[in-house]
Amino acid sequence: MNMMTATECLLEMYDERHELEDYQSGVPRWCTGCGDNAILAAVQRLCRDEGLRPEKTVFVSGIGCSSRFPHYMNTYGFHGIHGRALPVAEGVKMARPDLDVFVNTGDGDCCSIGAAHWIHALRYNMNLTVFLHDNQIYGLTKKQASPTSPLGTRSNTTPRGSVLEALNPLTVTLGVQNVSFVAQAVDWVPELLYDIVKAAYHHRGLSFVRIVQRCPEWMPKLHDPWLHDPSRVQVLHHARGLALSSGLGRVYRNQREHDPLDLDAARRIASTLDPIPVGILYHDPEVPCYEDFKRSDVLRSASLIRSGLQEQFDKFTVWPAASKTATTDNLAPEAA
Amino acid sequence: MDTVVSRPPAAQAVAGARPDMPARKVITLREHIVEIISDSGEGAQRCGQSLGAIAARMGNGVWTTEIIPAEIRPPARSVAGASGNRIRIGAGPVTNGGDETDLVVAFNEQVLLGRVRANELKPGCIVLLESMWRQNADAQIAAAYVESHDKLVAAGYRVIEIPMEQECKALVADARRGKNMFALGMLCRLYSLDLQIAREQIALTFGKKDDSVVRTNVMLLGAGHAWAEANLDFGFRIPAERVTMPQLVVNGNTALALGVMASGMEICAMYPITPATSASHYLSDVFEKVGGLVHQAEDEIAACAFAIGASYAGKCAVTITSGPGYSLKQEAIGLAVMGEIPLVVVNVQRGGPSTGQPTKAEQGDLMAAIFGSHGDAPKVVIAPSTIEDCFYSIITARRIAETFRMVVVVLTDGGLATSQQPFTRPQFSESWLAPPIDQSPVPEGARPYAWDPDTGLAPRFVPGRPGGMHTLTGLAHDRDSHVAYDAQINEESIRARSLKLAALQTTLKPAPIFGADEGDLLVIGWGSTRGAIEEAVQSLREEGRRVSSMHLQFLQPLQGGINQAMQRFRKVMTIEANWSDRPEDALIDADNRRYSALATLLRARYLVDVDCWSEVRGQPIKPGTIKRMLAARLDAMQPRV
Repeated sequence: MNMMTATECLLEMYDERHELEDYQSGVPRWCTGCGDNAILAAVQRLCRDEGLRPEKTVFVSGIGCSSRFPHYMNTYGFHGIHGRALPVAEGVKMARPDLDVFVNTGDGDCCSIGAAHWIHALRYNMNLTVFLHDNQIYGLTKKQASPTSPLGTRSNTTPRGSVLEALNPLTVTLGVQNVSFVAQAVDWVPELLYDIVKAAYHHRGLSFVRIVQRCPEWMPKLHDPWLHDPSRVQVLHHARGLALSSGLGRVYRNQREHDPLDLDAARRIASTLDPIPVGILYHDPEVPCYEDFKRSDVLRSASLIRSGLQEQFDKFTVWPAASKTATTDNLAPEAA
Repeated sequence: MDTVVSRPPAAQAVAGARPDMPARKVITLREHIVEIISDSGEGAQRCGQSLGAIAARMGNGVWTTEIIPAEIRPPARSVAGASGNRIRIGAGPVTNGGDETDLVVAFNEQVLLGRVRANELKPGCIVLLESMWRQNADAQIAAAYVESHDKLVAAGYRVIEIPMEQECKALVADARRGKNMFALGMLCRLYSLDLQIAREQIALTFGKKDDSVVRTNVMLLGAGHAWAEANLDFGFRIPAERVTMPQLVVNGNTALALGVMASGMEICAMYPITPATSASHYLSDVFEKVGGLVHQAEDEIAACAFAIGASYAGKCAVTITSGPGYSLKQEAIGLAVMGEIPLVVVNVQRGGPSTGQPTKAEQGDLMAAIFGSHGDAPKVVIAPSTIEDCFYSIITARRIAETFRMVVVVLTDGGLATSQQPFTRPQFSESWLAPPIDQSPVPEGARPYAWDPDTGLAPRFVPGRPGGMHTLTGLAHDRDSHVAYDAQINEESIRARSLKLAALQTTLKPAPIFGADEGDLLVIGWGSTRGAIEEAVQSLREEGRRVSSMHLQFLQPLQGGINQAMQRFRKVMTIEANWSDRPEDALIDADNRRYSALATLLRARYLVDVDCWSEVRGQPIKPGTIKRMLAARLDAMQPRV
């Protein structure tokens, strides 16, 4: 009676409980107060709550402070080159749909050097969860203006203040065909951050989460006005989106009901800088994923490859006996 | 021989053709070079390719070379606008495009002038020229035609005017689009090729379209054949030394695409670029039949990164590109080297630098392939030298990439890409394929970069393997893939990645020598120049000259035995299609001369005074050119004492 069936064994395996520590690797070397720490905590919590298997989970990043992220996860990780996290992640996902693939990319990584990949990743809509760690400054290279730095930002490359309007990652994202999930979070409201990360994970398609995060080293006071005045954070909620807990609702009274399927409204909200919108701006679960068109479910056995190849060879084969058939009047291609 | 259409020849006599049925003189040849040229879009390419395929089906050796204008549609009747195909037909195997043309079919005189000015036609070459321009309503065009025609005749070309369009008009509505098959019919008659085989070839070529297309083209073929039969009093026969094995007739790009399928690779990530793209066109059409896919990425960098992601996840992938794209991929290639991710990169070389000559061939990327990417980034570089090689090289590349966790660069070029040469139909082997992805748990205590102290090799932890979790990084890292800030571990990791090349090198066979293994002059080449070099060397050897050649398949690492071979010759030189300073130039001396790429490498590695000769004319180097150059070199050498 104590014997377990194979199915039960499997079920038990999937039932395997993981603790937070199972997803932790090393001590993050980010600065104290850096928003990356909050994102790491939310994501590790997500992994635990969803019971993600560490060996079946991959975090792909580019270069920058945020891109150190995979090193602090006890999963598979790919810390690649500047700006190219998205195409690497697409390759991983295309080859291995069985893996959960996350992307950690910064505002320089995603919105500047990797901007082309950002636009096209949205259009491919592969099943990836993408976190834009947006601290509005280049941190690792020691304070240069990034595309999302507010106008007038004084940095080492803009000592008299940046002269260009900041790029708005939300409006850009919502302008791309095939976009399927866009949300915004702020690092200083961990509960909402977690809810948004979780919703993003559960969306099938490319989930794009812009996380407004603090850089205590180079932009220490940038978000203070929003941090100290909860009314300048506008929380988006909807039956199809996030539900607001009563605790949060009491603190964040600036609330807005917003249907995540309403793209026009999402674009209007995305353009709002103050109050800063937090929540799911857009979510269309019906947008098809690129990998569904490209991948076939056939088993790539040696015999499949052999027969596929023979069929191609046949198209191009000149048989030595060809001229002997010259007397027939058959116009059909020779039988292989 | 039956013909589909049998009608009397055109009413007006044309120069060189006789309306009465002539007694036909048929000359038996060892080989001939035939060219069909037209404005873009008039079908000369298809006519030429079909002629090559028909000759191959007859059992002849064949090499076809595309004649491609750089623009998609250059202006009609422009001297630089020749589009078409050159077909070298031989009794035995043909290894290269050969020298100048023996017979040309031209749909207008202007594209022909371009070929004459490029010295592509043999003196006295037979010219089958579309005659419709003589009566052109535009007096300028008619005059230009007459002037060119008369000049060509005066220059000794055997010009035969043929009213191709007029003949076709009687058969089809759009004669401009049909005359390529009429020309094919004429050529089949001229070269005594089997008309039934030609019909079968047309059925194959147009098989995807409806029956009426096939029927129309077969009719035009027959008409051309009948016309030649009635009007041309000469013909040729190139008796085939029949091959006994089935042959594949494909160009280099199709061969490498077939190689991708045969290698077991599943993902090809690419971005369109000439002259590499046709490989991806073909793969896009057929790869899914073996469960593969082609991803057209947003740019070259993304294509490389996508392939790297797929490879990292356990499925070695390929990215196919050409020079400019190869430059763009450099940083990503360095990442694959650093992370020890298997990757196959195909570079179909074109003229460079920058945009250079997109449709032309060059061997200018060898140094970039070996030394590209910053820092010490050892990678394997191999160069196919025949169409057959294009197929097998990809299979080899995939295996080396996965065995050694390395980037393997395959260098072909625009010449191989578009040339066709029959080769023995490959026998599929399961050993070509990649093994299934290892998803077994990683042994306790195993490390993702456990470099073997002798070979530098380390087992690979693919995502999905329990216990193997680590973060691959492009930063310097230790055996646990942790970022290394330590001087010692940085050196150890660079050493390990370098050792892998040596480990591979010890497994390679020495490069074989073509000809005697000692003599006066050893010629070393790589890539697509093989056929031309060996033909020239063979021809000189038959004249008693002590010259041999060696063709390197591996450029990084270099195969063994090269130094020993060089020592047995009085002089060594390379022949390459990349730039080398001309010693006769006023400023050039021993201190500042830039040598060709392989010569530079051989000089540096073996401390041997390797000379070089090179040409960067955008087209395959001709065997005759090589032979003349080598003969002069041999003549200049002091007699042996």
